[in-house]
Amino acid sequence: MDLSFTPEEESFRDEVRAFFRDKLPARLSTLVREGKRLRKADMEEWHAILNERGWLANHWPEQWGGPGWSVIQRFIFDNESALAHAPRVVPFGVNMLGPVLIKYGSEEQKAQWLPRILDGSDWWCQGYSEPGAGSDLAGLKTTAVRNGDVYVVNGQKTWTTLGQHADMIFCLVRTDATAKKQEGISFLLIDMKSPGIEVRPITLIDGEQEVNEVFFTDVEVPVANLVGEENQGWTYAKYLLTYERTNIAGVGFSIASFERLKEVAQSQKKGGRALADDPLFAARMARVEIDLANMQTTNLRVLAAVAGGGAPGAESSMLKIKGTEIRQEITALTRRAYGSYAAPYIPEALEAGWNGEDVGPEDAAMAAPSYFNNRKLSIFGGSNEIQKNIISKAILGL
Amino acid sequence: MNFDHTDDRRMLADTLVRALRDGYPIDTRNAGAYSDAGYDPTVWKQLNELGIVSALFDEAAGGFGGSGFDIMVVFEALGRALVVEPFLGALMAGRALAAGGRHDETLAGIVSGETIAAFAQEDGATPVTATKSGDGWTLSGTKAVVAQAGAASVFVVVVEQDEPLVFLVPADAAGMSVRSYNVVEGGGAGDVTFDGVTLGADARVGGEGQGQAIVDAAVGAGLLALSAEALGAMEFVKEATLGYLRDRKQFGVPIGKFQALQHRMATVLLEIEQAQSAVINAASAFDGDDATARDRALAAAKYTIGRTGALVAEESIQLHGGIGMTWEYAVSHYAKRLVMIDHQLGDEDYHLQRYIALG
Repeated sequence: MDLSFTPEEESFRDEVRAFFRDKLPARLSTLVREGKRLRKADMEEWHAILNERGWLANHWPEQWGGPGWSVIQRFIFDNESALAHAPRVVPFGVNMLGPVLIKYGSEEQKAQWLPRILDGSDWWCQGYSEPGAGSDLAGLKTTAVRNGDVYVVNGQKTWTTLGQHADMIFCLVRTDATAKKQEGISFLLIDMKSPGIEVRPITLIDGEQEVNEVFFTDVEVPVANLVGEENQGWTYAKYLLTYERTNIAGVGFSIASFERLKEVAQSQKKGGRALADDPLFAARMARVEIDLANMQTTNLRVLAAVAGGGAPGAESSMLKIKGTEIRQEITALTRRAYGSYAAPYIPEALEAGWNGEDVGPEDAAMAAPSYFNNRKLSIFGGSNEIQKNIISKAILGL
Repeated sequence: MNFDHTDDRRMLADTLVRALRDGYPIDTRNAGAYSDAGYDPTVWKQLNELGIVSALFDEAAGGFGGSGFDIMVVFEALGRALVVEPFLGALMAGRALAAGGRHDETLAGIVSGETIAAFAQEDGATPVTATKSGDGWTLSGTKAVVAQAGAASVFVVVVEQDEPLVFLVPADAAGMSVRSYNVVEGGGAGDVTFDGVTLGADARVGGEGQGQAIVDAAVGAGLLALSAEALGAMEFVKEATLGYLRDRKQFGVPIGKFQALQHRMATVLLEIEQAQSAVINAASAFDGDDATARDRALAAAKYTIGRTGALVAEESIQLHGGIGMTWEYAVSHYAKRLVMIDHQLGDEDYHLQRYIALG
């Protein structure tokens, strides 16, 4: 057994590191490191830089503009990206829709939409969840009724992340109300500028507006925007979800935020000594650090097992549960580390470009909002309870 | 053995719970909690007409209660309604003055609810120092994240020197400034800077050798109050989450039918029961003669509600799914309070270590 990367993988990592060193704007990495909220233009700027290098859609086949990387290379890239405090790639077009179109889309759809994902012409969002269909995704009620060359869509989607910026939304819609619930669903691409669409922001627990409700009233969608076959959308939806859970362990994010936590624990004092030297806090940090090292190896073991076979299936559920627990624990410790100074709520300090005077230690203002915001990690993308059901069924055979 | 509150205390609690249920919906609460003032002066006035602060003090201090169980029922009710009005400052500052023998008009104003007071203990980047000047004192330095600092017209300030010195400082003293802000879960706080604030000899609360006892009286009451407040908030969250588990349907059945969620909710329930016992233990020991037993019970309670509060907050959000993540839904604000209460007057690690040290 050899846990080290091959020489080829090592040199790939060096290449990736050099790229981040040379091409990642310091302004962006500072915002990410400090936990600030990025603006649309910031995310678009980073997409354009990655795309110029051909690394934006790093799991797409070369034919459609991907770099042809192995799963290990993608893991290395994602890790290095987080360690360099690069902005996250906005996943909806690149990581979610792209693979679906490549596998199930028509040639016309691929030619029309894939290049526009890469060059940033379209900002996509995801229309999956509904008020009555969360964990029970197939319980969705939004309808699409065919009328000549168009589908007429009515209904409501919710938790539409960054939908306020979107040009396009990919939606699951019910096209056959009489079939079994998984068998009457279709996968539609909808222009957000269509008449009859209304986007309403949802304010989250930390005061941020990153998700939305999207309402559809008699929205006409060209039949040409149906992906695959009518009533077969559930198959495509499930395929997309396995991609949504790729890299959901977020090991790189955990490593980067744990490094930050160590700095904070050194600079914050408790009873006259560094918090890192407080036995109880040090034990909490050590536990999560050990968990993280274990997670990193688990992640690599899963990747090695599926190498060459595309996205992992039920194994990604293990990564999601443990990875999100670790990320949440690190944000909890960071919040705790600031003591009383985690409490002041300075909303403007969370925004990119704020130059006001901090209350208490630098970056303390981000700690509690970040902790509360990250409670979502164990809820979205299929809650951790749903992931445990998947493990019970698919891995344990129970 | 009898775990019932006395009739008087139960009436007080019922009155307060009813007033808050009818007059303090979450929208009203949030409007005050996230305003510049950090509370709603109208609500504060209405609640004080019920004599809420007076219930926190004994007759010698001008009140009609003041036992550990009085503090418990009041703050449990305040926590249940997620009240942000400045009761904690009244309790802690008032208790400090009473312990120092200052039964004067300032204490009377606090007990009647006319005067808003803040208790400033934790130091900021530059610790507050007190130096003798003539008959009086000069204060310099900064106190950190003082609850309700912006609203207060008087401050009780603890200066940690050889022994703690305690001062009563009016908010308009020359050289004093407050940087006010809201806190994450709603409510007001501020950093208080003393830039060579000169005070007369009478600003000192208590005499030689009394400082530690005064601080202990105030902080002990604060720990009990925060523990009880957390308990009330947990009770609200428990009921809201149970309601959600019964109402919300997925896969054609209420989600409360799923065993995975049942077990999580069962854990929440039994941990809240333990927290309730911890608060009862603390309230009972609060009035006892054994100072060590009192301090251990208070540390145990604050440790317990710190740990359990985060558990209840995190589980309630998880059991609600996305709804629990929204600003619009009351549970999210209760969850924030339950987590952030651990950041006040020492967190669970601090109190666990204190409990060990007192053993």
